Amino acid sequence: MKQQWIHAGNAWCALLTLVVLLSPGLVRADENAPGRLMARQATMTSHAPITADHSKFEELKFDPVEQRSFKGPEVTRACLGCHNQASIQFHKTIHWTWRDPISDPERKIGKGGLTVNNFCVAVPSNETRCTSCHAGYGWKDKDFDFNNPETVDCLVCHEQTGEYDKFPTMAGYPAPWIEDPENPGRQLGKEFSSGKVFYAPNWSEVAQSVGRPDRTNCGTCHFYGGGGDAVKHGDLDSSLSNPDKHLDVHMGDKDSGGQEFACIRCHTTKAHDIAGRIYSNPAVMERKSLVENDLQPKIMCESCHTDSPHAAQKMNDHTDRVACQSCHIPTFARVKPTKMWWDWSKAGDKDREPVLDENGKPDYVKKKGEFVWAKDVVPEYHWFNGAMTTTTAEDRIDPTAEVLLQWPIGGRNDPNSRIMPFKVHRGKTPYDPVNNTMALPHLFPTGKDDTTAYWKNFDWRKSLEHGMSYAGVPFSGEYDFVETAFAYPTTHMVAPKDNVVQCEECHSRNGRLANLAGFYMPGRDRVQAIDYLGWAGVAGSVIAVFIHGLLRMLARTRREG
Amino acid sequence: MTQLNMKRIYLYSKFERFWHWVQAVLITLLLVTGFEVHGVYTLFGFERTVDLHATFGISWVILYVFIAFWLVTTGEWKQYIPTTKRLLEVMRYYAFGIFRGQPHPVQKKREAKHNPLQRLTYLGLASVLIPIMLGTGLVYYYYNELTMNDLGLVANLHVAGAFLILMFYVVHVYMTTTGHSLTAHIQAMFTGWEEVEDESQVEDWERADKVDNVTSP
Ligand code: HEM
Repeated sequence: MKQQWIHAGNAWCALLTLVVLLSPGLVRADENAPGRLMARQATMTSHAPITADHSKFEELKFDPVEQRSFKGPEVTRACLGCHNQASIQFHKTIHWTWRDPISDPERKIGKGGLTVNNFCVAVPSNETRCTSCHAGYGWKDKDFDFNNPETVDCLVCHEQTGEYDKFPTMAGYPAPWIEDPENPGRQLGKEFSSGKVFYAPNWSEVAQSVGRPDRTNCGTCHFYGGGGDAVKHGDLDSSLSNPDKHLDVHMGDKDSGGQEFACIRCHTTKAHDIAGRIYSNPAVMERKSLVENDLQPKIMCESCHTDSPHAAQKMNDHTDRVACQSCHIPTFARVKPTKMWWDWSKAGDKDREPVLDENGKPDYVKKKGEFVWAKDVVPEYHWFNGAMTTTTAEDRIDPTAEVLLQWPIGGRNDPNSRIMPFKVHRGKTPYDPVNNTMALPHLFPTGKDDTTAYWKNFDWRKSLEHGMSYAGVPFSGEYDFVETAFAYPTTHMVAPKDNVVQCEECHSRNGRLANLAGFYMPGRDRVQAIDYLGWAGVAGSVIAVFIHGLLRMLARTRREG
Repeated sequence: MTQLNMKRIYLYSKFERFWHWVQAVLITLLLVTGFEVHGVYTLFGFERTVDLHATFGISWVILYVFIAFWLVTTGEWKQYIPTTKRLLEVMRYYAFGIFRGQPHPVQKKREAKHNPLQRLTYLGLASVLIPIMLGTGLVYYYYNELTMNDLGLVANLHVAGAFLILMFYVVHVYMTTTGHSLTAHIQAMFTGWEEVEDESQVEDWERADKVDNVTSP
């Protein structure tokens, strides 16, 4: 029975016993919201305890001098000595292939394929830079051997020292050992163009530290997508390494009341295959809680919280059409600014000085073009059934409108769709106006004598010609820039209940959901004619009784006077 | 005003007065919260106001069941049988006579509490407008359970009805001042006793059949 019946019933009982009408509907019982209790139970058991202390293994005690020549695969070989299925498992996953495992391989979806975004556009011909985020060693061009078990990088996901860094432009390898001539036995370090100095890892220490991935492991890549901290997702950045509950209730530290979840607490993993949304494929196909199926991944909010998590029925009424994230993530990029606009067409101006915005972020980089950053951003809301469109360099685009490179699929009339928040990154991105395809730039120079890389020569035509021919995609030789949009579901940075989006932020005339048409929403919608006629009628009634009353008064004074 | 002999008659039984005032309070609160839901102003905040509105709405549904039961079992429903007889006279009275201090053409009587204009209005209210409000309100309330595709029709009917209720409300409150004194009608609804001019007989056409069933003081 719905709550208001109970409240009304109570009220009547109260009234009948001559107590004033009271409305217990106002007593909130969130502390015991059923979804909270369910989730607490679902996460009560801890992970299976570790039964091996890796610091005791002789195999991982490398000779301190010998290990100076290590590049990485030496350690992997040691891991595989015991974990002899690990690379076989890992080779099948998207973390290794960078290809969508489910869609038609002909479409080449995946950044290891031909998928285009409006950040650094695409991987092909830029591998050495991009694959610093590949969990492998040496993917420097399209000839990389994806079947070599020893080029899997176990450490980047499993090491726990926090001191293991891959060098940004070395195809996934950490910096090599370079001896400091002035301090023999010490490293000089290798400097990246940003000024940051990278050192060769102490392979023994790093290898012995391994454990289950924590947030920082995943964050090494996922916090820095798009070429820097917080650039890409808006809801994933290094502030989630050590968040408090205010930033994310699940990942927040225990002291602040959070749950200290690692990523893999929700992104549950089977044989190195990590649950999550992949290109056009939803994270899960069915909305089920663990109560219904305890073997399914815990990737959905509903997996643990069920689909009726609120104490208030009215709130539960929403869960069939509104994703939890829509109300529980009021804004993204709450700590670090994220990129909202990237205009490649402005790149290459050597005279333009970057201007810093109020958060200290530059509006311009000669290599990349013009940016707009924003912090604490209200998401856009769209119908979403869990799948996204993707655009590859072979897909035809319509340059007369904004090109939706990655966009949520779903609609009001699709029963599996819900209203979901998104970060939408917009910008101007190179394309081929003759073939009407997106164009792949060769950005990162492969060496000193690279004559086509944009970041060395600042010549778009050469850069695009090389990028396209490298990827084997036809290119007319013409190029221009087209406005693009790239959407990311906003799903992290779940705020405490006190900070949720208030009802009227959507249930109001120009609220957050003003752009979603095709259905009636209380507080937002009205038939203007009814309102006009209604208010005219009310005003008419008021005026009529006012005049009537006035006339009565006048007539009376006249009669009596 | 012609001062005729006044006599006190008992018009409104305890339960009638009770439901009238509770209904008045509920309608007031429903209007206040309903138009906040509609986005006209902010008072309680959307979440609270929706909750309150539904609680008041459900309270009214419950009350209405009792009212309907009372009307049927007491036979009081006959007070609402519509008539056009002397309807024009009543209208003429409110349009002209009232300013000249003429007496009301239809006296209130135990057996005929409402003049023909009131009968029509209250009948329309009780049998059309209120059921529409309760009906659309309940559908609105159970929208999710009913797995309807769109709220639009129901919500717009509910809003249109709300405007009509508000118009009625304005006129109704004003009309309470048209008794032989400004507060006579209101007092009557509190005490049950109304002072009327002791002048005429109840005519047969006005007489409710089962007057005996009307509760006495
Ligand atoms: C005097 C009687 C009533 C008035 C004047 C009234 C007025 C209103 C108004 C103006 C709205 C906003 C509609 C919109 O903008 O879409 C509304 C909404 C609503 N009304 Fe009423 N109403 C009345 C009686 C009822 C009753 C008896 C119920 C039955 C339970 C009810 C249930 C609702 C519900 C559920 C909503 C939608 C609130 C929400 O969930 O967003 N109302 N009402």
